[in-house]
Amino acid sequence: MLVFKKLKSFYLPYKRDFIWSMLFLVIMAGITVVYPVILQMTIDEVVLGGQYDLVPWIALGFFTVMAVKGISAFTQHYLADMFGIKSVYSMRNALYEKLQRLSFSYYDNAKTGDLMSRLTADVEGFRFFVSFGFSEVLRFIIVVGASLCVMFYYSVSLTFVTIAALPFISIVVYKFDKNVHPAFRGIRESFGRLNTKVQENISGIHTVKALSKEQVEIERFNKSNQDYREKQLYTASIWSKYFPLMELIGNISVVALLAFGGYQVINGTLKPGELVAFYSLVWYILWPIMNLGFTINMFSQAKASGERLLEVLEAEEKIIDEENVRDEEKIEGHVVFRHVTFQYQKEEAAVLNQISFNAPPGSTIGLIGATGSGKTSVIQLLSRFYEPTAGDILIDGRLIKEYSLKTLRSQIGVVLQETFLFSSTIKANISYGRPEATMEEIIDAAKRADAHNFIMELPDGYNTMLGERGMGLSGGQKQRIAIARAICTNPAILILDDATSAVDMETEFHIQKALQEVMKGRTTFIIAHRISSLQHADEILVLDQGRIIERGTHEKLLANNGAYRRIYNIQYQDHEAIMQKAAR
Amino acid sequence: MEETKRKQLILERFHYSQDQVIDKQFNWKQMWRLLQYLKPYAKNLLPLSFLTVIISTAVRLIIPILIGVYTLDKAIIEKDTTLLLQLVFLISGLYVLSYVVNALRIRWLNKLGQNVIYDLRKHLFTHVQSLSHRFFDQRSAGSILVRIMNDINSLQELFTNGVINLLTDFLLLFATIVILFSLNAKLTIAIMVILPIMFFISTSLRQKIRLSWQKVRLIQAKMNSHLNESIQGIRVTQTFTQENENTEFFKELNHDNFQTWKQAVRKNAMFGPIVEMTNAVGTVILIWYGAALVSKGECTIGEFVSFAFYLGMFWEPIGRLGQLYNQLLIGMASSERIFEFLDERPLVKEAAKPLVPASIKGQIDFENVEFSYDTRRKALNGVSFSIQAGETVALVGHTGSGKTTIANLVSRFYDATAGVVKIDGHKIQDLSIAALRSQISVVLQETFIFSGTIMENIRFGNPNSSDEDVIAAAKAVGADSFIVQLVNGYHTEVEERGNILSVGERQLLSFARALLADPKILILDEATASIDTETEVKIQQALKALLKGRTAIMIAHRLSTIREADKIIVLDHGNILEQGNHDTLMTRQGVYYGLVKAQYKMLGAV
Repeated sequence: MLVFKKLKSFYLPYKRDFIWSMLFLVIMAGITVVYPVILQMTIDEVVLGGQYDLVPWIALGFFTVMAVKGISAFTQHYLADMFGIKSVYSMRNALYEKLQRLSFSYYDNAKTGDLMSRLTADVEGFRFFVSFGFSEVLRFIIVVGASLCVMFYYSVSLTFVTIAALPFISIVVYKFDKNVHPAFRGIRESFGRLNTKVQENISGIHTVKALSKEQVEIERFNKSNQDYREKQLYTASIWSKYFPLMELIGNISVVALLAFGGYQVINGTLKPGELVAFYSLVWYILWPIMNLGFTINMFSQAKASGERLLEVLEAEEKIIDEENVRDEEKIEGHVVFRHVTFQYQKEEAAVLNQISFNAPPGSTIGLIGATGSGKTSVIQLLSRFYEPTAGDILIDGRLIKEYSLKTLRSQIGVVLQETFLFSSTIKANISYGRPEATMEEIIDAAKRADAHNFIMELPDGYNTMLGERGMGLSGGQKQRIAIARAICTNPAILILDDATSAVDMETEFHIQKALQEVMKGRTTFIIAHRISSLQHADEILVLDQGRIIERGTHEKLLANNGAYRRIYNIQYQDHEAIMQKAAR
Repeated sequence: MEETKRKQLILERFHYSQDQVIDKQFNWKQMWRLLQYLKPYAKNLLPLSFLTVIISTAVRLIIPILIGVYTLDKAIIEKDTTLLLQLVFLISGLYVLSYVVNALRIRWLNKLGQNVIYDLRKHLFTHVQSLSHRFFDQRSAGSILVRIMNDINSLQELFTNGVINLLTDFLLLFATIVILFSLNAKLTIAIMVILPIMFFISTSLRQKIRLSWQKVRLIQAKMNSHLNESIQGIRVTQTFTQENENTEFFKELNHDNFQTWKQAVRKNAMFGPIVEMTNAVGTVILIWYGAALVSKGECTIGEFVSFAFYLGMFWEPIGRLGQLYNQLLIGMASSERIFEFLDERPLVKEAAKPLVPASIKGQIDFENVEFSYDTRRKALNGVSFSIQAGETVALVGHTGSGKTTIANLVSRFYDATAGVVKIDGHKIQDLSIAALRSQISVVLQETFIFSGTIMENIRFGNPNSSDEDVIAAAKAVGADSFIVQLVNGYHTEVEERGNILSVGERQLLSFARALLADPKILILDEATASIDTETEVKIQQALKALLKGRTAIMIAHRLSTIREADKIIVLDHGNILEQGNHDTLMTRQGVYYGLVKAQYKMLGAV
């Protein structure tokens, strides 16, 4: 119950809906029991007793009672649903806001599929419980209680005969529920696996076809498909084992009722109408009991869902604004790293070790090094996506913690290594960081990223849709849009993380020429594998396993005859040879 | 003004494909096609299930008569204890029979339904695998997934219970009316008044409810698309500090969802009460008119009670038929979408008598090959060249010059619009597609990582290979060193959008994957773009050995890669400008020479 207490801020504001719906539930459930009583009166008083003048009253009374019940049922159902929907509405908003704020380190360990299932299935589980959890319990108590009262009123002995079956049916219900819920979970999990299988197959269809592995894929799919069928049939077999048995026990108690009740009617201790009323009442008791398992299961499911939701809602926001941060300030772009050491997780090896450098406003820093040498970590620390384990990072002489995240990050334009574009128009993607940008500014950014020409060749130009239903762009084209996106925010610091890897050299040349214009007055960090991309940098840092092993200008590093020279030789020796040959 | 415009922009910042609310008409032809999937079970499961349904229905119909007319009227009112006892035994017997039959019914019906669903899904998936690139180019992955998963599942209920119930419910309804008439014709006619109302509710009202639920589902699908995307793109969002703007977008979407849901709930909450009211009208008629008939002696008490029971039974088949009708309409929409896929023919067709060569040598000839992805623009303009078996060829040119198109035509992912592509002198269309592709491996610019271990991901290239083979391949391309540094080494779990592998590392995996496949023709489509220089050198050294005896087509930007090729083909806007080896092209001082010089210039005067 602690779970629901913790989540109360989501449903408590709507408690009026809940209270009213409970009130109408009491009316509704009470009236349910009236039907058999009216049937009894009709038979005993009217038909057998010969009081035919009562007929219109009974009929009208019945109709009125049913009308009240109908209205109550509608109101109850509607309000209960609204209670759930409103709660879920506020919960979804809270979850979304939370997800927007959680730091990179949270997402490093989170799987999209798992988060999605929390946001969909668990939210739905929570809603279902809020809407129907309590009301089901109340309904159960009222209907079973009232039915028993009426039955005892008619005949104590007959009541005992009919409810003699209850213990048996309870055992079957218990066993059924114990078996059927794991089976249902099995179906859900199997379906999830099948879904993942198919989704991956389609997303990776080019890889599948490139390696002509369709047949292998069909076999793998079929395994999952078969498993799904097995799980369904297993559940059906549990169903077929217990459900008819429950019905049989219920039916036996009806036969017992008929035999004993019939005997009592013959004896004259019971009226025929009362026997008929019993026949209805007995099902009012048996059905809720057969359903009891589902209600109990709903509680435990809702508890588990609530816990999973709380895990998200209570996850620590590792990187938040400190108190008294500076806001709305123009940054010059003077970046200083002082002995920065960083490890993603405590027990892991440091990815950065004692990194120091000084980048005055407007300077360009190049980062080069093998995969995993820590280049990307440097720039992620600068944007404060992670906190350094030791050392200081300063911008314009202040620790980056002293700026608000909004100020800091909006002054840093990043082109990430892996290009992610949203399902939207090219225009909206370029202006993603600054939604209010004008069309001129967008086109200007695109031109600087050498993207304008190919965008204009697309059928819908800047209104071309990207993403799930969008045009397939090549890797190089996507990268150029990502560069335009970063330029469009007009940042003081520009970061290009292997941003031109997928464009051909000539295009890269164009982009770089344009970027040189853009980089004027901005501090720029360029991560690249190609010497040509960063040779003009004011300082080049050569990283290896988290350490700076060489630093300096292009010329100085060449003279150094170290790692940089080695890379240079590989990339340049051909050219020299080529040019010599050409000159011959 | 400024603020409303900004708000407007934010609310329109994402676009997700949205299906329309479908209100399909029933279509016999399509239904018939669906029913074909029952055919394999026409001699066993189908008739057996049908039989159990008939028996259990019959028992349910007989018991109210036994209880009302016989037990009440004959035994209890007449005070006949022996008859009461006999009837009790008879009824108990019938219940036991119904128990057995019901257990079998549930089992067999599910078996039938699940088998049909299994067959249908298998058929669709297998078919989709055979479709060509063009099919996948035109659709998003999500829309294909929905067909294979959700659309087929929505037929599940139809096949497990629907079809059988359709027959039995008509039977049940008919039998109930016949029984009621035989019991008491006048009372039956009076009660029949509620029949049309019930039919109306169960079809029309239910349909309205279904449509409003469909609206809810559509908007939720949109919301889920956005959630999924916002999680995958969270790094971009935080980089550009768009958290608040996205929250604004989501809140609006959530609000739309709330409103639509509210509408649906209101309609939905009406359904139950209206049904009950209709039933109440029936009961009022029964009490009023029935009591009058009993008083006149035209109806016995037992008949009266039986009527009360049957009245409840009336609703059941009608209600179910209404539900089924709606299910059928949903099924129509789903099956239409499924059949649309099944009717899609692979554009790249297997020849009538495909050649299956024991092995391919790897000679490739293009003769005046033309190709266009759409009608607007030609990707290749009559291209001719030939590649000898074992040669390495580099394709050079800008984005959109036709390099990837040539690679796609060699793998026969597409067929040339005009001209001939030959492999080992055979027209590519005459070769068996499977035989051809099993000899070709393509390393793509964008590598797809399947969720699973690294070992499994590499093994994808050749599922029969041992762990040792996998590790050997990884070593050959220089992937081994980073893999063993991971916490679980080769058994590290990876997934597509995961953060464990860098872009360069993914490309190394895809290299290992292709090598494991041991192809005769290897196509490298900008495969080394994101690998650092020193690793690339290692790969190229490894490649030299690996390319021995294989034909290779390389699409690359780096001169060092291109230079080594036996032949260089320079492309521009779908035309071949030049071909030849590096030295010849350099001596010729043509386009290639210009490219090299331009690159050299770019590198800066050293």
